[in-house]
Amino acid sequence: MILINCPYCGERDQSEFSNGGEAHVARPENSENLNDKDWGRYVFYRDNPKGIFYERWVHTHGCRKWFNAVRNTSTDEILKIYKLNENPPSKESFTNTLKTPSGEPKVGSGNFTVKK
Amino acid sequence: MWKSPEPKKTYDVIVVGGGGHGLGTAYYLAKEHGIKNIAVIEKGWLGSGNTGRNTTIIRSNYLWNESAFLYDHSVKLWENLSQELNYNMMFSQRGVMNLAHNEHDIKEMKRRISANRLNGLDTQWLETKEIKRLVPIMNTDNLRYPVLGAAYQPRGGVARHDAIAWGFAMRADEMGVDIIQNCEVQSIKTKNGKVEGVKTSKGFINAKKIAVVASGHTSVLAKTAGVRLPLQSRPLQALVSEPIKPVINTVVMSNAVHAYVSQSDKGELVIGAGTDGYNSFTQRGGYDVIEETVRAIVELYPIFGKMKMLRQWGGIVDICPDASPIISKCEVKGLYFNCGWGTGGFKATPGSANVFAHTVAKDEPHKINAAFNLERFSDGRLIDEHGAAAVAH
Repeated sequence: MILINCPYCGERDQSEFSNGGEAHVARPENSENLNDKDWGRYVFYRDNPKGIFYERWVHTHGCRKWFNAVRNTSTDEILKIYKLNENPPSKESFTNTLKTPSGEPKVGSGNFTVKK
Repeated sequence: MWKSPEPKKTYDVIVVGGGGHGLGTAYYLAKEHGIKNIAVIEKGWLGSGNTGRNTTIIRSNYLWNESAFLYDHSVKLWENLSQELNYNMMFSQRGVMNLAHNEHDIKEMKRRISANRLNGLDTQWLETKEIKRLVPIMNTDNLRYPVLGAAYQPRGGVARHDAIAWGFAMRADEMGVDIIQNCEVQSIKTKNGKVEGVKTSKGFINAKKIAVVASGHTSVLAKTAGVRLPLQSRPLQALVSEPIKPVINTVVMSNAVHAYVSQSDKGELVIGAGTDGYNSFTQRGGYDVIEETVRAIVELYPIFGKMKMLRQWGGIVDICPDASPIISKCEVKGLYFNCGWGTGGFKATPGSANVFAHTVAKDEPHKINAAFNLERFSDGRLIDEHGAAAVAH
């Protein structure tokens, strides 16, 4: 189970939060001129990386505020939490622990976080 | 049971992923389409992904025509698969029951039953007393969400998940398919909008066509070929109890309280939990998800209250926005995807493999999977099966 450090309330159990999917998805500016393909891309397509993922969370059973997080989806380790009005940290500031695209972390799937 | 050859330099078709869907694709390619120069490449051992992690439930009571035809195509293949593969699938048509807990459930299920019957499926409505007769241990009235009825499909049931992987593998192997285990496909190489081959942990292998059936990791592999798919990968958990005497001889599912259970031939209760609410590739999932499921199970079946659970595990499922799969070509020539099965791919294994093999061999979809294309995410012809998928996502 993940502990999430809410920037407003502090560290709480993940079950208090709801995930809002990929962060920083901008609504296209010219949506009235967009073709079906590009509109479909905006509505249905989201990043799904194994590794570094920028995502949104909301503290549903707490302060009910939204914030962003950077998480490694191969280990569930939360690398950074930042508020909505803060700039996202650059991807280069994190090291991806995966050697191959479908590879697993050294200590077995997901156990990395626990062991540390 | 099957050879484990070193990979050749070139194949007509490389199937990425040695689960049931992938091995079945190779089997039907060899058997029905006369393609023999095929490799199935699996990063672990056969069936080590979601094929070996699901709760083995088989049914076809989906709402829309497209889904009903696809899933029932599969159930019909299941019905004859032990004979066809000469290997015991332990396919047991013990019936599948979907419980209704409120007025909305009743209306939605009756609508689905009517739609099913128009499509020739054997779904029927059960009143509470009929449910009680079939599953005497169920607590139907003394609980927060009482059981008000159920949609029941007698042709549904369970099968042995290893058997379908091994059965397809043995027969494909006999027809000359190379089954390569412990070999990880790391990327897909394309040139001028056409596939060239795959980079693997055993070196580069050329291929005329590449069929990706990699469940949770499909979008990761697709990205290496420059293809973006509308998939999100999440852990889905299941658990089994200690073995007990036979107490439940059908499959009972409930969307509303989120609990589904059947009993294996060994006597273990096989319990399916939900997906975690966030993307992850860790094959375990959160404890709160299990807690929710076990709470519902204990309320529905008070007799299970003091049972011990033996094992719990997670698999990574790839979920589509409309909870229906993608069995489709894409913008890269020679690259095909069979993915997005989300939380319910096991039941579809033979049917999906059968129509996917057709898609790969002919470079055009079979009429059963024509609607399960990638274009539906731009033209809006979604096949919304959130109601018929048993697991909320």
